[in-house]
Amino acid sequence: MIADFGFFALLTALMLAVYGCAAAIFGYLRKVPKWVGSARAAALLAFPLLTLSALSLVYSLVSLDFQIEYVAQVTSRSMPLYLRATALWGGQAGSLLFWSWLMSAFASAVMLRDWRRDRDLQPWVILVCLATLGFFLSLILFFENPFVRLWQGTTGTVWTALWQPGGAQAYLPFDGNGLNPLLRHPGMIIHPPMLYLGFVSFVIPFAFAIAALVTGRSDDRWIRVTRRWTLVAWLFLSLGLLLGSRWAYDVLGWGGYWGWDPVEIAAFMPWLTGTAFLHSVMIQEKRGLFKHWNLLLIILTYDLVIFGTFLTRSGVLSSVHAFAQSAIGPMFFIFIAVTLVASLALLSKRWQTLKSDVQMTSLLSREALFLLNNFLFISILLICFLGVIFPLASEILTGQQITVGPIYYETATGPLWAALLLLMGVAPLSAWRASTARTLGRAIWKPLIGSLLVVAVLLLNGMRHPGALLGFWLCAYVVLVTLYEFWRGAFARQAKGENFALALWRLVARNRRRYGGYVIHLGVVLIAIGIIGIEFFQQETQGQLAIGERLQVGGYAVEYKELAEFQTSDGRLVDRAVVNVYRDGVFVRELYPRQDFYMESRQPMTIPGLHSSWEVDVYVLLVSWEPISNANATFKLYVNPLVSWVWLGGMVFIFGTLVAAWPEREAELVRLPARARGLPAEARG
Amino acid sequence: MKILSLLPGIILLLAVYAGPAAAQGPTPSVDEVNAIAKNLYCPVCANVPLDACGTAACAQWRQQISDLLIAGHSEQQIYDYFVQQYGPGVLATPPPGGLNWLIYLLPPAVVLLGAALVWRSLAAWRKKKPRSKPATTGENKYSKMIEDELKARR
Repeated sequence: MIADFGFFALLTALMLAVYGCAAAIFGYLRKVPKWVGSARAAALLAFPLLTLSALSLVYSLVSLDFQIEYVAQVTSRSMPLYLRATALWGGQAGSLLFWSWLMSAFASAVMLRDWRRDRDLQPWVILVCLATLGFFLSLILFFENPFVRLWQGTTGTVWTALWQPGGAQAYLPFDGNGLNPLLRHPGMIIHPPMLYLGFVSFVIPFAFAIAALVTGRSDDRWIRVTRRWTLVAWLFLSLGLLLGSRWAYDVLGWGGYWGWDPVEIAAFMPWLTGTAFLHSVMIQEKRGLFKHWNLLLIILTYDLVIFGTFLTRSGVLSSVHAFAQSAIGPMFFIFIAVTLVASLALLSKRWQTLKSDVQMTSLLSREALFLLNNFLFISILLICFLGVIFPLASEILTGQQITVGPIYYETATGPLWAALLLLMGVAPLSAWRASTARTLGRAIWKPLIGSLLVVAVLLLNGMRHPGALLGFWLCAYVVLVTLYEFWRGAFARQAKGENFALALWRLVARNRRRYGGYVIHLGVVLIAIGIIGIEFFQQETQGQLAIGERLQVGGYAVEYKELAEFQTSDGRLVDRAVVNVYRDGVFVRELYPRQDFYMESRQPMTIPGLHSSWEVDVYVLLVSWEPISNANATFKLYVNPLVSWVWLGGMVFIFGTLVAAWPEREAELVRLPARARGLPAEARG
Repeated sequence: MKILSLLPGIILLLAVYAGPAAAQGPTPSVDEVNAIAKNLYCPVCANVPLDACGTAACAQWRQQISDLLIAGHSEQQIYDYFVQQYGPGVLATPPPGGLNWLIYLLPPAVVLLGAALVWRSLAAWRKKKPRSKPATTGENKYSKMIEDELKARR
């Protein structure tokens, strides 16, 4: 009953999406605002309908209605309530419904904005949002329906259908398969919604860009309207990536947080173009340059969002054959091709009107340095894209399966990341339009000397690794440049009689975008410090220990104390070791590395014992043990320097994004008296 | 014909197992095995390095690496053996040759081409003559204000 309700809500939402697209185009072509208003109403209505549909599925999941195939696939009796509810995005069909629900929420939110200044853009924004929503709803209804049920024929055969086939009875398994153990982690509960929020919110700036292209508006209005939407999208995508990294660190049990896995890169690619776009739009706003480029970037970001969803949902990553067998894979492929070709065709049609006659006066101006920033981001994107598609291309063209692992990505993108760090330390000091080597040099020398002093201290402390020294020098330089910028601004404000703290507060409050951006830069540097630490100085060892024996690496030792095996109420068989951690022979603390064996899915999980400090993470894995006696156990010990800085940097990064995105009052449209507008007396009428 | 096509594999297997029989080495440590396993990918699980894979099959493959090290094989010979047995997909990077050259050549080509494009664009923009003198941007006005205040305070 509830499933039928969810299905019909879904179907109605699809019909509304199709109707909304048609009404928006008709209203625009016939210039009848009523039709556009009707399309807007359709976009608004899709959200409550999809909310009802998603709630129906959540109700079925929570109440363990195992006759629904999706519920039987992703839940089980032993799962706690919160996991049953979040299983909404634990499987293919549910996550597509969740994606669509979020998309409809964003489409509704954008419909509720004040459209008075942008009436001409509205029908096309509606069309893009509803076409994207309609595509996902079609996938759900025709290929991945979460409401299909299990039925059993008289011969005992079980099959799936939405409604009862003739001669069949409802089939109700006693228990379900349960959620994939990898997804049973607090990080994984929040990680997918954050990523999806990032994905769907990038649809909004894309919709405005397409609307500007169709209507021929060559001004930067679409950028100004969507600036905050883009920042919000970027914020969620960044949060999703950070949470995913933390989840990998806590759950996957390989001592790291980023493995350059194609699924990770699928979410990382739109982040790269989104970051380039956020920098590049500033050039259009300040100097009127890069209009084509900004449109191209947002088109790329949108299609990379769809491509990312396609990569993770079509099965293409495991094998091209899985893609061919998957029903939704080819549909995604067609949708990406159609939207990309149509968007690029529109862009080429408007190419001439978007041309700018603005001159770039200096190669050291901020716009020139932002162009370099974009070049670096796009180079990293292309390297990542090549790394993801090359194994697929190889399998198609030569029949050979190959792997493109982290070495490729790290070698190819490492120098580009270093160049980006350097740019972060130069661009904030350069001026728009005119900047010379002399003016830039005058601004740079103080932070430069400070950063070289940091390198000297590191050398005196015995650090000799050239890559790490270069990395730390760049980090120190960017931090000093950024702090110097804050200090200069606050110091100047003190002339107004404000104390330093108040001056700093007002400085940031009145220039949120600029100083929010600087805080983001500080966050990036902190993340970079963590990455340099683990990349250049990670140490590991593995060994079998008898009770009381120790395993040592990098000044740390773990001592095996005991191991216990027990069952939990959520269906796990847990083997939990107790180890003591020592630093230079001095006891630090106890850790509890363990292996959880999920009995329903017969899948093991290795959960590390973790001791974190600002200096180092001690990360202990229980690899194996002698059954029954537990007299011996094998442990893997990682010493990961500076990893905590990655998470601290992530928090600073998110805080900076919030500062930059914090709403400011948009200039109101005020009807001025004719005299004030400088109109001649006769025109004042 | 079939035997002939199998010949390279047979020779490699002989080389791996029989060749260095005289050169029996000491039992390698787990860390030595993992150092090699880190550069190999589990042939069964997607995108999981062999040193981090927890399956029984991967434990056997790590044991195989250990056996080959005891038998006196070099690191490169072990990689070759795994490629022969399970295909080039076990290597962390594709072996150079044929289509695989693209993965080595395209990244530097992309960066060089991009750098050339950026340089050309910058040069073209510098040559362009603006129709009117551009107004000072708000950002520059802001920077100038800070500079003036700082000068006044010195």
